[in-house]
Amino acid sequence: MFNLKRQLLSGPYLLWMVGFILMPVVMILYYAFTTTSGHFTLLNITSIFASIHMKSLFLSLKLALACTAICLALSYPLAMILNNMKQRSQGFIVFIFILPMWMNFMLRILAWKLLLSNNGVINMVLEAIGLPGLDVLNTPSAVVFCMVYDFLPFMILPIYNAMSRIQQDIIEAARDLGAGTATIFFKIIVPLTTPGVISGIIMVFVPALTSFAISDLLGGGKVLLIGNVIEQAFMQEYNWNLGSGLSLVLMVFVIASMALMSSKGEKGGASVW
Amino acid sequence: MKRKKTILLLLCTLGILGLFTGCGAKDSENTLTVLNYGKYLDPEAIEMFEEETGIKVDYEEYVTPENMYTKYRAGAIDYDLICTSDYMVEKLIQEGEVLELDYANIPLSNNLDSEYFEFSKSFDPENKYAIPYFFGTVGILYNKSMVEESKVNSWNILWDKDYSGQIIMADSVRDSFMVALKILGCSLNTTDDAELKQAQDLLIQQKPLVYSYLVDEAQDEMISENAAMAVVYSGEAGYALEFNENLAFSVPEEGSNMWIDSWFIPKSAKHKEHAEKFLNFLCREDISMMNFDYVYYATPNKKTKESLDLELQENTTIFPLKQTLDNCEVLKPLDDEATMKLNLLWKEVKSAD
Amino acid sequence: MVKKSVERIYLSLIFLFLYLPIAVLIILSFNNSKTKVQWGGFTLKWYKNLFSTSSIMEAFWTTILISLASALIATLLGTLAALGIDAMKKRNQAIMVGATNIPLLNADIVTGLSMMLLFVRFTRLGIGTVLIAHITFNIPYVILNVLPKLKQSSRTAYEAALDLGATPMYAFFKIVWPQISPGVFSGFLMAMTMSLDDFSVTYFTKGAGINTLSTMIYTEMRKGIRPEMYALSTILFLLAFVLLLFMNFGPSAHKDKNGT
Repeated sequence: MFNLKRQLLSGPYLLWMVGFILMPVVMILYYAFTTTSGHFTLLNITSIFASIHMKSLFLSLKLALACTAICLALSYPLAMILNNMKQRSQGFIVFIFILPMWMNFMLRILAWKLLLSNNGVINMVLEAIGLPGLDVLNTPSAVVFCMVYDFLPFMILPIYNAMSRIQQDIIEAARDLGAGTATIFFKIIVPLTTPGVISGIIMVFVPALTSFAISDLLGGGKVLLIGNVIEQAFMQEYNWNLGSGLSLVLMVFVIASMALMSSKGEKGGASVW
Repeated sequence: MKRKKTILLLLCTLGILGLFTGCGAKDSENTLTVLNYGKYLDPEAIEMFEEETGIKVDYEEYVTPENMYTKYRAGAIDYDLICTSDYMVEKLIQEGEVLELDYANIPLSNNLDSEYFEFSKSFDPENKYAIPYFFGTVGILYNKSMVEESKVNSWNILWDKDYSGQIIMADSVRDSFMVALKILGCSLNTTDDAELKQAQDLLIQQKPLVYSYLVDEAQDEMISENAAMAVVYSGEAGYALEFNENLAFSVPEEGSNMWIDSWFIPKSAKHKEHAEKFLNFLCREDISMMNFDYVYYATPNKKTKESLDLELQENTTIFPLKQTLDNCEVLKPLDDEATMKLNLLWKEVKSAD
Repeated sequence: MVKKSVERIYLSLIFLFLYLPIAVLIILSFNNSKTKVQWGGFTLKWYKNLFSTSSIMEAFWTTILISLASALIATLLGTLAALGIDAMKKRNQAIMVGATNIPLLNADIVTGLSMMLLFVRFTRLGIGTVLIAHITFNIPYVILNVLPKLKQSSRTAYEAALDLGATPMYAFFKIVWPQISPGVFSGFLMAMTMSLDDFSVTYFTKGAGINTLSTMIYTEMRKGIRPEMYALSTILFLLAFVLLLFMNFGPSAHKDKNGT
């Protein structure tokens, strides 16, 4: 009885979910499978195989993977360093990573654009110390760079959380039993932080794969990601059917690859933060 | 227990439905919903209008004409007054989405130079629907210290390998194709497959030389000398010239595009009288002056132009010469099929290696 | 010692990476030039102008209103939902959590667009539609923050309290709440941050004349941001910074230790 009553507490959320998560998906489905005149069609879905769409999907995939890999490589050591710091400052450090988000992300990207441009501050510094200037703006590298910038906190926080939950006793016990640093790292720390790593990967990979604003602002119009193609179909070409079709493909693609990911690390989805 | 559960569920549904229906915008009598390009009207002018008339203005902005079309067509907002470019106005007129203006309510439209109403006839033959707001051309903004000035009189300079990585191209379908089509000597409104394909080949060929594809950001890139030349609207060039004296502007001899951005009242208008009041207000000399200062594009308002410094009046970047305009073509709307074809060609350019 | 300094350098590089653009924006807010690419000397005029620039101030209050309201409602709905989900059978739990993940996995743009398609069908766009959309993408953050805390909390204490005659309400506030409140709090903060920083969803669901700072910046982006915007962002950022300092080093800072 107690269980049932408590389950009811999720009622409002359930209704909300039906109304505002499920229904919109139904709308996408409807548009995806119809033509502008309302007839059934599969063309919107199959148009993903058109060479330009395939090309942008692969480019998105490539950039998102690069971004995720870089974020992971940066975050893991960082989480370890943070974890070894004094208990007192830990909460503070977590907030330090959230704080930049209080400045609008588009403004921050704009600032990077200023910094990275041909006559920007970074090139001026490089020149002053006698290094060759960077020419990254308007290339895929610039897009990856800013994605890493934007999504890094989403990787650091779950890993850091997972790491801070490891009890010191376990590590000490292992050490008492004669385990070396390497053994402790690979046998204790890595397995115990895997769920955090998986959450981090999901939190970074998905927005990186689907972003359109960053490539819009830093790609100089030369980096056409799948997100840009979808946004253009909706907002520029007024072709909601095509846009929905491509969105649906993207959605299925993302959910499938994530399901694959989280099945590997059991608790994946549940411990995002 | 079961019943209790259903009652609870019902209550929740009601609650959420209540929230849902309560969210629609209030349809108040004393409002005016305006849709305009971004940063294309001095916000202080809107405040003045609100104070003078007591009408609350809901002001909404968009980026490209295609963007505006989507917003309007989505139908979720009842716009009372829209400003957009010539070919888009024409498209909407053809689709029967535009209401006739009642000039009796817009007496100050006399302030506008009749010359520009003549130009407007290319898309609004009887001047029934649209009132010109700003106009200009498309040309090349270049840096005198980086570019040989003798070459800038032709669009071909944008294909010159000497300037690889220093060229900013327009990030808009119609404008980019305009450049390529003009080089080929074709009309910029062509729908001929072969001509468009040729233009696309040119654009793909140009891509490796392009620094970036931009619309309005081009001016900042040029001011900070990140690139040697850019395809821009004349108004942007006028603005950029103020900040960097190395810059200059040229409309190539092959001809270019002349555009007029105009106001019209769409069919969705719920407050036509307010819209006309606002139009009249925009034509007023002081308001038109405020907007000129804010936007810095060529104004068709002759009273405003006359009261400018002589130097500014003779600034051919902002106010193009008659002979330049005569060499220009106005964009025409393309039918759905041609639009789709062109969009696809452009996407192929953008994703080319 | 070497290890320590390598760690220090690494940390500072990461912080430099995170905060460099913010420094740029703060500098821009003092720049006495209308274009962002030239330095025209130091000025405070953008700060003075800011409060009389009604469009920016309006966007600011809309942003605050939407993020506060949506975070509050989402926290309420989400916490209730988490309590409910926690009481479910394993299989149903998995389904619920899976469904909760959908908005997180969906591209922002798809979430925004699909909502727009729905709203356009059934209602007018206004501030209410933005609020609904924000609540929707905020709820998952709350649930995913609260649920792990519920899992960690001991069920037995709560049941013992009931056996000893406590009402469920009393037992909840005395036993469950203290254990999950850090999760609820961080969920709220997360939701609010997400809502503040959102662009895509707002962009597609907002009505005419309604602007949050993000959508306003987006439309201004191409023609140059009004410098007052940098001033406002700087103020907001500093406020957040002070708030954060206070939360961590202020009188209630010790609470944080059992949290996270």
